[in-house]
Amino acid sequence: MTNTEIREFIENAIAENPVMLFMKGSPEQPACGFSARTAACLNALGVRYAALDILPDPRIREELSGLSDWPTIPQLFVKGELVGGADIVTEMYESGELAELLEAEQPEDAEEVAAQSEAPVGNGPLPLENRLD
Amino acid sequence: MPTSDELKQRIETALPGAAVSVEDTTGGGDHFRAEVVSDRFDGLSRIQQHKLVYDVFGAEVGGPIHALSIKTSTPGGTP
Repeated sequence: MTNTEIREFIENAIAENPVMLFMKGSPEQPACGFSARTAACLNALGVRYAALDILPDPRIREELSGLSDWPTIPQLFVKGELVGGADIVTEMYESGELAELLEAEQPEDAEEVAAQSEAPVGNGPLPLENRLD
Repeated sequence: MPTSDELKQRIETALPGAAVSVEDTTGGGDHFRAEVVSDRFDGLSRIQQHKLVYDVFGAEVGGPIHALSIKTSTPGGTP
């Protein structure tokens, strides 16, 4: 697979999935604390999202960061726009802005809910098949 | 290996007048948390604010600086 194909794959993933999370590992098995925290915010809001593990090929991260001009992982895109990484997503989750952006309901005890949240079954992560293999 | 003092100085140089605190979160010299208060952030989105800080370190973020957690605000308050 060429770098151009990887970039096109990423562009399509962002365009086709209204809530698109690029992370290390999967929502069920995050491979990094920052990715885990970001996925937990989305899980706590019960929104459906697609997630792509960037670890299988280092070029995924290179192409993604080239495209978004954002150096770190995770990266959350909503309706094609970069919302931010773990810090911004957490801040927005705690303030209720993320719920507003995603048209979800803000949990009453937001911090606690995120800490306990596991990927909800049925209403949760939309596994994006890793067609890059 | 970068130190939190070094990171603090570099952010202060890039954003003159900013109040900066940097913490080495693991003590290992590769995971940092930076809090930056600057009037340069005025009117910018969070993404743009964080990018200003990331830009200080370029490709070092993700390299020697494995993780850089950022919290930005303006002297007037949070955005």
